[in-house]
Amino acid sequence: MTAPGKPPIVAPGHTPGSVTDQISSIVLTRMPRWWWAAFGASFALVMMLLYALTKLVFEGTGIWGLNIPVGWGFAIINFVWWIGIGHAGTLISAILLLLRQEWRTSINRFAEAMTLFAVACAGLFPLIHVGRPWLAYWLLPYPNTMDIWPQFRSPLVWDVFAVTTYATVSLLFWYVGLVPDLATLRDRARQRLAKITYGFLSMGWRGSATHWHNYETAYLLLAGLATPLVVSVHTVVSFDFAVGQLPGWHATIFPPYFVAGAIFAGFAMVITLAVPLRTLFDLKDFITIRHLQNMGKVMLATGLIVAYGYVIEIFMAWYSGNWFEEFMILNRIQGPYRMQWYALLLCNVLAPQLLWIKRVRSTPALLFVVAMFVNVGMWLERFVIVVTSLHRDFLPSSWGMYAGTRWDWAIFVGSIGLFLALLFLFIRFLPMISIFEMRTIVPKTQAREPDEVSP
Amino acid sequence: MTKFDHPAEVPSTSRRSRIDLASMREHLQDARGPRFWRSLDELAETEEFQELLHREFPEMGVELPGGVSRRRFVQLMSASLALGGLTACTRQPLEKIVPYAQQPESLVPGRPLYFATSMTLGGVASGLLAESHMGRPTKVEGNPEHPASLGATDLFAQASVLSLYDPDRSQVITNLNRIRSWSAFVEDTRRETLASTRLRLLTGTVTSPSVAAIAQQVLSEHPQARWHQYDAVTRENVVAGAEMAFGEVVATRYDFARADVVVALDADFLTTGPGAVRYARDFMSRRRAPVDHPEMNRLYAVESMPTATGTVADHRLPLRPSQLAGFAAALAAEVGLPDAVAPAGADVGGQGEWLRAAARDLQAHRGSSAVVAGDYAPAEVHALAHAINGHLENIGRTVIHTAPLEAMPGDQTASLASLVDDMAAGEVDILVMLQCNPVYDAPVDLDFTTVLRQVGRRIHLGLYRNETSEHCHWHIPAAHYLESWDDARAHDGTISLTQPLIEPLYDGKTVAEVLSVFTEEGSRSAHGLLRSYWQGVLGESGFETRWRKALHDGFIADSALPPTGVTPGTEAAAETTALIAGTDQIPDGVDLAFRPDPTIYDGRFSNNGWLQECPKPLTKLTWDNAALVSPVSRTPRWSR
Amino acid sequence: MSQIFKPSTNTLARVSMFGAIFFLAILAWVLVTLNRSSLATRQGIVLQQPVPFSHDHHVAGLGISCLYCHTTVEESSFAGIPPSATCMNCHKLIWNESPMLEPVRESYRTGRPIEWTRVHDLPDFVYFDHSIHVAKGIGCASCHGRVDQMPLMYQAESLQMEWCLECHRAPEMFIRPRTEIYNMEWVSTDQETEGARLIADYRVQSKLSCSVCHR
Repeated sequence: MTAPGKPPIVAPGHTPGSVTDQISSIVLTRMPRWWWAAFGASFALVMMLLYALTKLVFEGTGIWGLNIPVGWGFAIINFVWWIGIGHAGTLISAILLLLRQEWRTSINRFAEAMTLFAVACAGLFPLIHVGRPWLAYWLLPYPNTMDIWPQFRSPLVWDVFAVTTYATVSLLFWYVGLVPDLATLRDRARQRLAKITYGFLSMGWRGSATHWHNYETAYLLLAGLATPLVVSVHTVVSFDFAVGQLPGWHATIFPPYFVAGAIFAGFAMVITLAVPLRTLFDLKDFITIRHLQNMGKVMLATGLIVAYGYVIEIFMAWYSGNWFEEFMILNRIQGPYRMQWYALLLCNVLAPQLLWIKRVRSTPALLFVVAMFVNVGMWLERFVIVVTSLHRDFLPSSWGMYAGTRWDWAIFVGSIGLFLALLFLFIRFLPMISIFEMRTIVPKTQAREPDEVSP
Repeated sequence: MTKFDHPAEVPSTSRRSRIDLASMREHLQDARGPRFWRSLDELAETEEFQELLHREFPEMGVELPGGVSRRRFVQLMSASLALGGLTACTRQPLEKIVPYAQQPESLVPGRPLYFATSMTLGGVASGLLAESHMGRPTKVEGNPEHPASLGATDLFAQASVLSLYDPDRSQVITNLNRIRSWSAFVEDTRRETLASTRLRLLTGTVTSPSVAAIAQQVLSEHPQARWHQYDAVTRENVVAGAEMAFGEVVATRYDFARADVVVALDADFLTTGPGAVRYARDFMSRRRAPVDHPEMNRLYAVESMPTATGTVADHRLPLRPSQLAGFAAALAAEVGLPDAVAPAGADVGGQGEWLRAAARDLQAHRGSSAVVAGDYAPAEVHALAHAINGHLENIGRTVIHTAPLEAMPGDQTASLASLVDDMAAGEVDILVMLQCNPVYDAPVDLDFTTVLRQVGRRIHLGLYRNETSEHCHWHIPAAHYLESWDDARAHDGTISLTQPLIEPLYDGKTVAEVLSVFTEEGSRSAHGLLRSYWQGVLGESGFETRWRKALHDGFIADSALPPTGVTPGTEAAAETTALIAGTDQIPDGVDLAFRPDPTIYDGRFSNNGWLQECPKPLTKLTWDNAALVSPVSRTPRWSR
Repeated sequence: MSQIFKPSTNTLARVSMFGAIFFLAILAWVLVTLNRSSLATRQGIVLQQPVPFSHDHHVAGLGISCLYCHTTVEESSFAGIPPSATCMNCHKLIWNESPMLEPVRESYRTGRPIEWTRVHDLPDFVYFDHSIHVAKGIGCASCHGRVDQMPLMYQAESLQMEWCLECHRAPEMFIRPRTEIYNMEWVSTDQETEGARLIADYRVQSKLSCSVCHR
C-alpha cells in the first residue's frame, strides 16, 4: 500500500511477467563485459588473500604488526567490522518481514547474501588469529582424548557459538527464501546443466498450495528465529571487549552501542552495493528512490545512536572518576592515534548528518558517498577501540605503537576481494531480487492486469 | 710430506678490493650539480659495493640455504595444509632409548651434574658453575664459592653456552682455505721455526700464569721473539694511572661493602669491567641496610654517558669526557689534597655546589669512602683518584692495591704500534695471532691489514673464521672455554681454573696448546700443560689432593693477590692538578667517547643471538649499534 | 516441458538427506574410536627389541626388584634403563653363551650401547617425573600394568591425557602405601577410605594446572 505522497516501491508499468523476465534474465543471459572485469579484479584479490594466508600459516602471526602491548590488531578489527556489516541482511529480512514493511522485498535477497558473505569473511579472522589455525577445532566442544573442554567462561567461546548460529540461520533463511525463485530459474533455464542444478537446489518445488503453505510457515518461523540473533550476535561480540577489564572496553554501553553500530554499518554496505547495482543492471524500477530514502533514514537513526554512544563514553570517563578511563579518552583525543579518532568522528557522526536533507537521501550518488564514509568510519571505530585501549594500558613502561604490516593489509583487502567475488558469483548465478515476492507486490501497486499463469 | 705455501697474498674467500681513488676522481670530474653517495665505494661504483647493494645481509652473515623453487613451495604448502588438518590423527614415531654400556659413576640420568669452571673476558676470569646433562653443558651460573662471583654472573657468561653450540664456529684447521690436520700444522711450523726466527706472538690481555709461563718459554727459546698484547677494550689507562700515582704498576680493587660514600668518575663499576659482578653484590648489600649497618651507602656518579651505575646513583652529574680531568682536579683540591690546584672555570654548568657537597661527604667519611675512576677515564683521573683515596686514608680499607693481575701490563696500543712498525720494516717472519682479531679491531691509522701482508707466515687461532683469519695462511679453530683446560686470574687475583665439560666439538685448540708447538718439547695437550705448570708451582707433595680440590672448587684457595703497601705521592698529584689547571676546561667542538657495546662487547659476540636480542641497558636497542647523542646536542641550536 | 528428474529422485533425495546425518555420525564415531585405539596409542602392542627381555621371567620368576635395574626412579624424572654392565653382573656367569644375549655381550665388550625401542613414550611437550609419583605413593603397576606378567614388554595403558587426568583428578582412587610401590600384586581392600587417608598423610595435591605437565 503506497502511502499518499510517497514514491512507489515498484516503478509503474510492470506486470508479474515483466518482473520475472527482467530479473531472471540477469541470471540466464550472458554477463556484460564489466562483470568479467569486476569479477576478475576481485578474484585477483582473493588470490592475494590466499597468498597472504599461506604466508601466515608458514611464518606465523609474526608477519602481522602485532606486538606487546597490542596483541589484538587487524584480525579482530576486521572480524568486528565484517560481522557488523553482516547485520543488515537479517534485520531487513527478518525484522522488516515481521513488521510487514513491504519495501524490503526488493533488497532483502542481496542483503541476505551480503550478510552471508560478510559473515564468511568475518569467520575467517578468528580462525587465523589463533595463530595455529589447524587447531581451530579446539574451539568446539567435542569428546577428545585430552579430556578438556573449551573455557566456557570466555566470551571468545560464546563468539564461536553466536557466529556459527548466526551463519547457519542466515544461510537457511536465505536458502528457504530462494527456493521458489530457483524453481522459476529451473523452468526458464535452457541448458541442461543449469536445469539440473537449479532443479536440484529447488528441491522439487512445484508451487502447489501445500508447498506455499509450508514455505510461509517455515519462512515466518525462521524470521522469528533470526530476529533475536540480530541483537545477540553483536552483543556477544561486544562482550569480547566489555568483559575485558581494560579502560575503553569495560563498559556496559557496549552491547547496544555495538548493535546500533552494526545495523548502521550494514545499511551503509547495502547502499554501497545497491546504488551501483540498480544502475548497472537497470533495476531502478525495483530498487527505487523510496528504498534508498528508507535506508538513509535507518542509517541516520542508527548513526545517532552510535554518536550517542561516543558521547556517553566520554561522559562516563569523566563521571566514573576513574583515572585510567579518563586517560584513555584523553589519549584518544590527544594521543598518537588522534587522527584516526577525528576521522572516525567525521565519518560516523558528521557525514550522516547530511541525511537530514531530503535531497541527499533521494540522490543515489550522494547517498553512496555518505555510505562510503560510514564504511570507512566503522572500520576506524573498531581500530580506535582495539588499538587505543591496548597501546597505552596501565603500565607506561610497556606502552607501544601499532601499525598494520603489508600482510595485515593484504589480508584485509583480500577479504574485501573475497566478499566482492562471492557477491559477483551470486549475481551471476542467483536472482539478486526475490522474483516471486516482487510479483506479489506488483498487483498491489499497479492497476490489476490478468495474472500470468504461474510457471 | 705435504708442502704448504705461504704467499704474501692469501687467496681470499671474499673479494675485498681497495678503494680506487683514481676512478673516484674520474667519476667526480664529470659530475655536475649536487650528487649524493652513501660511501666512497658507492662513489667509485666498485663491484663489491654493487654486490652489497643487492645483498640483503652483509657478507659474513649466513643466509638460509638456497631458494625455494615453485614446485617445492607448492609441495610444502599442500603438505603442511594437509598435515595441519590431521594433527589429531598423527601417530608418534617410534623412538630409541639408549642407555650407557657402562654408566659413569655419580651420574643420574635425568639429573644434571655441576662443574666449577671459569670464563675470561678481557683476560680476567669470572667463576662459574656449569650445568651438564649427560655430558652436554646447558646452562651457566655463578660459582657461589668464587670471590668474583658469589653465585652471580654477567650476561656474557650466561650467553656463552649458545656460542659453544654455534654452528658458525670454525670447524677445521685450514691452510690457504684447504683443510689440514693438526699434525700437518705442527710439522709445518716446527720445520720452519728456528731459534733465530723473528717470531711475534699477539694475544689479548693474559692473566693466566700457565699461558704466561709457556709464552715466556717460547720467548726464551727464540731470542728474536716478541710477545705483544692487544685488546680493543683495553685497560691501559688504568695501568698508566697507577704508574703515575705510585711509580709502579699496581692493580686496584675495591671493597664496596665497607664504603659509605662512593664517588664514581665516569666509572660504570656495577655492570662493566673486571669484578663488576662482585662489586654490584657488595655495593647493593649496603643498600639493604642491615642491622649492623643501619645507614645506607651513598653514590655520587659523574658520567659522560648514561649507565646502569648512574641510574642507581643518589646524585648524578652528566659531564663531557673532556671535563672529567678538570672535575677530578677540583675534587682533589676540595677534599684538601695538599697543594692541589682547582682549575679555573671548572665550575661550569652549576657543578660547583655538587662537587663541594660530594667533597664534604668524602671528608666526613675518611677511611670509609672510595673514589673510583672508570676504565676509560684518562690516566690523570686515575692518578688523582688514587691520590684522593690516599689522602682520605681509604687505601687498605675500601681500596686495595695489589700486584698486577696481568702477566704483562702496559700500554697495549703502543705495543701493537711497535708490532706494526716491525711488520712494516719486514722484521717479522712468523706472526701468531691467538684469540684476537686485529684486522677488525686494531686502530685504523695503524693500517694493520696492509702491513700484515708483509709477514712471511701468518697463523691465527680463533673461535670463528673472521676478518683476521681471512688474511692468514693458517687458521686453527679455538676451543670454547667449556671445552678447554685453562687458568686465569679473577679481579682480585684468585687463580681460577677452567675445566672442559665436553670434548672439543671441532677439535679446537687453546692458546697454550698452540704456543706449545713453538717450544722445544713440541705440541702438548692443554691438560698436560696446565697440570704440569701447577705441579711445578704447588710442589709434588700432596699435589693430587690439592689439585682435585682446586678443580672441584674452580679456583685455587687463598690465591688472591695480597695487598701491597704502596702509597701515592702527593707532590706528583699536585703537579697533575697544576697541569690540568693549565688546560682549557671548556673546549670547543664535540667529545667523542668510544665504549664497548654492553652486549656485543668488542664485536666478538656478534654471532650470539641471545646477546644480540638482549636489550642494551637504558637504550633498549637490540640487533643494533648506535652513536648516542644527547638530545640537547641533537637539537639544532636555533630551535633550542 | 520435459522432465529433468525421474520420480525415483524423490526417494533418493530423502534417503541421502537422512543418510548424510548417519554418515556424519558414523564418521565422527570412527574418528573418535580410532583416536583411542591401540593403532594410535600402541596400547598393548609388543614392539620389536634387540634382545627379547622378559620381565615375567626376571621379576616374577627370579624375584629381582624393579630398583635393581631402574635405579634412578626415586631420585630422577627418568627411571633409568640399566647399562649393559648391569645385565652382565649375572650374565657373565649364567647363560653366558646364549646367542640371544649376544647383543648385550657385544655392547659390554665394545662399549657401544644397546638401542632399545622406547615402549612408554610421552610426547616431547609433556613433562613427567617418576620420582615425585613414586614418592607420593603411585605404584609402578598403576601406570605400567602387571609388568611381572609380561614376557615381552608392552604399554599397558593408553597414556593419553584423559588417562593422566583420571588419576590427577581423583588420586585417592589410585594411591597406595609407599611400602607397596614396587609390589606388582598389591590390591587395596578398601581403596576409598585408605586412599583418602594416604592423600592426607602424603600431602598429595591433585595438580591440574596446565603448566604442571606442559612446562
